[in-house]
Amino acid sequence: MMKRLLAVWHARNLEFLRDRPTLLFTLLLPLGLVVSMGFIFGGPPRPLFTVGVLGSRAESHNPFLHERYVRFVSVHDETAGLDRVTHQRIDLLLDLDGPARYWVNTDSPKGYIVEKLLIAADPGARRQPVTGQAVRYVDWLFPGILAMNMMFSCLFGVGYVVLRYRKSGFLKRLHATPLSAFEFLTAQVLSRLSLIVFVTVLLYVLIAAIIHFHSAGSIALLLLIAVIGSLSMIALGLTIAARFASEELVGGLLNLLTWPMMLLSGVWFSIEGSPRWVQWVADLFPLTQVTDAARAVMLDGAGIQRIIPNLIYLALTTLVFLAFGAWSFRWRVD
Amino acid sequence: MPESAPILEVHDLVKQYSSVTAVDGVSFAVPEGACFGLLGPNGAGKTTTIEIMEGILPPTSGEVRYRGEPVGARFREEAGILFQKTALQDFLSVRQSVALFRGLYERGLDVDEVLRLCALEKLASRDNRKLSGGQQQRLLLAIALVNDPKVLFLDEPTTGLDPQARRNFWELVESIKARRKTIILTTHYMEEAQLLCDEIAIMDRGHIIAQGAPQRLLNEHFAEVLLELPRHEFPDVARKLPLKLIDASDRVEISTHDLDGTLRALIEARVPLRNLRIRPANLEDLFLDLTGKELRA
Repeated sequence: MMKRLLAVWHARNLEFLRDRPTLLFTLLLPLGLVVSMGFIFGGPPRPLFTVGVLGSRAESHNPFLHERYVRFVSVHDETAGLDRVTHQRIDLLLDLDGPARYWVNTDSPKGYIVEKLLIAADPGARRQPVTGQAVRYVDWLFPGILAMNMMFSCLFGVGYVVLRYRKSGFLKRLHATPLSAFEFLTAQVLSRLSLIVFVTVLLYVLIAAIIHFHSAGSIALLLLIAVIGSLSMIALGLTIAARFASEELVGGLLNLLTWPMMLLSGVWFSIEGSPRWVQWVADLFPLTQVTDAARAVMLDGAGIQRIIPNLIYLALTTLVFLAFGAWSFRWRVD
Repeated sequence: MPESAPILEVHDLVKQYSSVTAVDGVSFAVPEGACFGLLGPNGAGKTTTIEIMEGILPPTSGEVRYRGEPVGARFREEAGILFQKTALQDFLSVRQSVALFRGLYERGLDVDEVLRLCALEKLASRDNRKLSGGQQQRLLLAIALVNDPKVLFLDEPTTGLDPQARRNFWELVESIKARRKTIILTTHYMEEAQLLCDEIAIMDRGHIIAQGAPQRLLNEHFAEVLLELPRHEFPDVARKLPLKLIDASDRVEISTHDLDGTLRALIEARVPLRNLRIRPANLEDLFLDLTGKELRA
């Protein structure tokens, strides 16, 4: 038995080692993950709380400013600061001009604790009412979860299917007909798109009913975000599947795309406190654009003017990805 | 053989892979309405040649012309293709698979008509993955016929089929021939070529080594009959006889005009004749004669 086991083990190792791109990739992915995690979460102990400060910290003697594990970020305008509190991007907003005033989201667990710290350090601080409905964490999470589900379905659903078609020779057979690469890719995009939009709408209705969520903004606008966002991510999946014929390589590349998107797009937690360049990279991801736009509409009731930059970005990336996919497309395994 | 202008012309085709020249200067023309066979052993370059003709593989040099023009949109619309290996989309029934391909062409046959033509009516609602080898091949033929092609490419269509399924498939091809379609066929079964083809080109190591109508080629190379004897029963002394001997793997073949004289010579040399077979030459013999090796060795 061992002999047969060893024979298969050996053959599989050879196959893996000879598949150079996959091998390289398998080594680079964890390395890249470790390095980027180091950048994002490394350095001195991370602050547990983020507090926005209105007014000058340098001139203030408020003892709260010396608390450890609290990061203080300057906020220049009260409206913007309040917006961050409601969306739990900061845990508390502190105004140091005159007697200390603060705003906190009563639905935020971290806000609750950091408020206790503040009162202990400065018992005179006065809480101000947060105007507008405070956003529950689950509400904040909801658009991100929908968008993430969309991303997985787009990338893996399209990427693997096209790869399988190529490996089985089905693509080669299609190539022998008048069908063009562009027609084939567009059909794949549209098929996946209708499926994803259907599933996303269904999920939205079900989850909204369960968590008693009501969108602050237009449902039609949400649908538009779902359509354009899906298009962009399906097209991204196609660029990966356009050429390669190795499951391991394509799987690896898809992971390389989905993991950073999942971690950095602000689906689970805000990346407010991360280095500038991380936020800059995150903004490039279609998932970030979809999540941001959907949150703006669902939580703030934003209109189309506010999310038009996100939509334009998603539309442009769709075109770029599709063009690249059609250009690099291969019908058969070389 | 039908006399008409060539529907397909192949000019000095070369296909070079990194270290191997798979096709090395192949030229021929296929008249409209003919069944043209590319014959040869595995690795002779048949599939490479046919895939270049189909526009699937780019040639290293040389060109293929369809009705006098480079292969293009018109060709794709008018060609029907059956590859050596094709997987279809999963979860589709036989009818849905045919309908998918019907949708890719401007003109063509009704799906039901194609199913009937390929004897698939009873299997129409079956999942395409649950077909036997012969049924699968009939489905792939149906897909190749769905655009009512002017020219049909069949790349080793009966390889791997059992004899009964093979015979059924041949009958189908005969019925397609009767509809005046041009057929390009590759095969390593000489019997198949002899039965179906009006003209054949025999390929070996990337070259065409003989070309013409099967019977004419046979007449040119064999004005004789063949005597077959088991090799182990053929004594070495008999090799000194003035006979035209061809060594095959398990037998010795003697080609002769003078059957009586040859038999007398064999009897005098005390060659045991109880397993002697006498038969006319076929394409297998031609290949052996041309290359000194057997087709499926």
